[in-house]
Amino acid sequence: MMETHNNSGIRDRQPLSNARLGILILLGAETMLFSGLIGTFLVFRVGNVTWPPPSHIGIELPRAVTGINTALLLLSGYTMFQARRAIQKDLVKQLHKWLLLTGVLGLLFLGIQGSEWGQLIGKGLTLQSGVYGGIFYVLIGCHAVHVLSAVIWLFIVFGMALKGRFSAARYVGVDTCTIYWIFVVALWPILYVLVYLF
Amino acid sequence: MHDNEHSSHHEESFISKYIFSLDHKMIGKQFLIYGLIMLFVGGGLALLFRWQLAYPERPLPIIGASPQYLEEGEVVTGADRMWERIYESEQEEWLEVNMPNGVVEPAFYNMLFTMHATIMVFFVVVPILVGAFGNFLIPLMIGTRDMAFPILNMLSFWLAVLAAIVMTIGFFVPGGHAAAGWTGYAPLSSDPQWTGVDWGQNLWAISLLIQGFSSLVGSINYITTIINMRAPGMTFFRLPLVIWSLFIVAILLLLAFPVLSSALALLIFDRLAGTTFFTATAEGGGDPLLWQHLFWFFGHPEVYILILPGMGIASELVAVFSRKPIFGYRSMVYAMIAIAFLGWIVWGHHMFQSGMRPGLGSVFMTTTMLIAVPSAIKTFNWLGTMFRGSIRFTAPMLHAIAFVSMFVIGGLSGIYMANTPVDIFIHDTYYIVAHIHYVVFGGSLFAMFGGIIFWFPKMYGRHMNDVLSKIHFWLTFIAFNCTFFPMHILGVGGHMRRISNPMQYEFLQQFEGMNIFITMSAFTLGFAQLILVFNFFWSMYRGKVAEKNPWHVNTLEWEAPTPVPHGNFGQIPTVYRGPYEYSVPGEESDWIPQADPEHAPATSGD
Repeated sequence: MMETHNNSGIRDRQPLSNARLGILILLGAETMLFSGLIGTFLVFRVGNVTWPPPSHIGIELPRAVTGINTALLLLSGYTMFQARRAIQKDLVKQLHKWLLLTGVLGLLFLGIQGSEWGQLIGKGLTLQSGVYGGIFYVLIGCHAVHVLSAVIWLFIVFGMALKGRFSAARYVGVDTCTIYWIFVVALWPILYVLVYLF
Repeated sequence: MHDNEHSSHHEESFISKYIFSLDHKMIGKQFLIYGLIMLFVGGGLALLFRWQLAYPERPLPIIGASPQYLEEGEVVTGADRMWERIYESEQEEWLEVNMPNGVVEPAFYNMLFTMHATIMVFFVVVPILVGAFGNFLIPLMIGTRDMAFPILNMLSFWLAVLAAIVMTIGFFVPGGHAAAGWTGYAPLSSDPQWTGVDWGQNLWAISLLIQGFSSLVGSINYITTIINMRAPGMTFFRLPLVIWSLFIVAILLLLAFPVLSSALALLIFDRLAGTTFFTATAEGGGDPLLWQHLFWFFGHPEVYILILPGMGIASELVAVFSRKPIFGYRSMVYAMIAIAFLGWIVWGHHMFQSGMRPGLGSVFMTTTMLIAVPSAIKTFNWLGTMFRGSIRFTAPMLHAIAFVSMFVIGGLSGIYMANTPVDIFIHDTYYIVAHIHYVVFGGSLFAMFGGIIFWFPKMYGRHMNDVLSKIHFWLTFIAFNCTFFPMHILGVGGHMRRISNPMQYEFLQQFEGMNIFITMSAFTLGFAQLILVFNFFWSMYRGKVAEKNPWHVNTLEWEAPTPVPHGNFGQIPTVYRGPYEYSVPGEESDWIPQADPEHAPATSGD
């Protein structure tokens, strides 16, 4: 029997490592989760002639601030991409810088969104305000939970990077986090347009 | 060579070997035992409500109070003493609330049929067919040492256990367990005032969310493993059909379950946080129909999740025991892909009665009937495989033949139901109950029994007892048909499902005898399964010791030594041919293993 008949021989043929493939498959499930919630939103949005419903007149979603927030999150997608490029070139210091910047942008996004939520609740838009308030908080909140978990993941990767775990030859940990981060970032403009502008 | 360190013998503690095992074979066996335990829980619930349907408002046998006790308060039997003690105690006992004197209360009846279906679908068929067979077979049949993510694999099992525990707790909370049907239709499920169920329904939703995580982790593992870790030479079109079916099912689970998760999350918000997603209110409320759309958008792919692995297992068994190549291997694969795809665009056929534009109904009717085409392709291919084969009527083969036959009955009744006008007549009757059981019991469970007997020698190194297996098969087959076939007649006669006492309707009183017959058959069916369990555990220790490849099968799992060691193969095999080269003309032996480099050049698969 030849040496190539073992599993390491197979690994050379894989276009994607198990971890990268696994995270891409996870995104399929995430997409369907959000499809369910976005579908629910659309049923309510299209099913109501006036949106927001008459009982919510006077409540305006913070379009402008959230627009700026959208830009911040998109920027974090760029910085995350730069982090990945840095480690591909074995620039570990650059990796640290870009990861930290991405994490700060993510936290900033969450902070701004949190303060906006606080103001909306103060104006009387709560989870119990019919389906308008309900689906707003559930859909946007579901995304926020994903951003939060992405930020936590990112800081774990950052901690591993500080310990020198990554190099140009070995950066699966950065890669998987990047894939997830890009998904969370790319999802947001869709939600912004649907929920805030549509 | 670094691979050998995996297969080298090293002692493991009891806990890491049997409890928190990372080995795919042990996790597969854990799922199997888990599923078998839940099979008896789910079946037991069914027997309780079958008794009520046959003898409405009469005490159950054994635990029910005697007539003397009911009429005169005279304690005659042990059960009477138990009830006496329950009534004398200060606090409200569980039995007293749910079945006073051993009579099933209507509210308890609702809980029974809800939990019967929930447990059978989410805790028996999926854990066994996908969890047990998937875990055990995928690495062995594609020729690798373990799953891509062994830790996630273990997590998948223990999440399923957690889900089962949460689901079981639901039986004992005040207000009882979920009682809105396994489909949990809103507003029954979304507002406690309609069923009187409070935390039961919450725990139902939470448990299914946990089960969703378990499925998610499991399906990521399956898909990654099958794509990335196949042995050299194991091309996609050399994969055994059971692996193809599990691959397709993993994709369906991956994509379908999150939709249910989103619906369950909305349901939990409705119940606990005061939202009104599934309740129409004057002030910007939601829509009960939305639940049905979300549920069935998950639910119909789920139906194929339940049957596709059965199709895969049956394909293996039919080819092996007919000693013939599977007829139309590629068409079998494409048919499964077609079924999986069509499964996404037929969910509306569950909702013809819920209110739907007739035009839209016709669309769903058409897409549903299209599924008959790939299903028929598969059926004819199974028949074509058996045609003029040297059929060996072993116990697994009997189960496979039963699978094909019962699937045809269940599939044909499905075509009737797909017709909107017919469906409006038989909707919510026992005809539907007959159909689902012909597919899920007659289909999935027969394939499961066949698969257990077939792979038992590889799992435990011993054969299951053949005589007991055959007695179990014939009893199950006959009792199954006696139980579920008459339900077609009940359904056409207008017998509604989900009613605790049919005798209160004059037009259903003619069916009393048939209901009693069904119940007797159901009890026989239930007790026949004890033979399987006895055989299973007895054979584990006392069965005839199995050789490496007792059935003379081509696929890779039989290349591994028995019992299969940690790491599965000494040397990862190389695959030279398709999985079904049986009775190749001009060959001396009637089977050529996939890893056999000699003999005739590859004919099928490539």
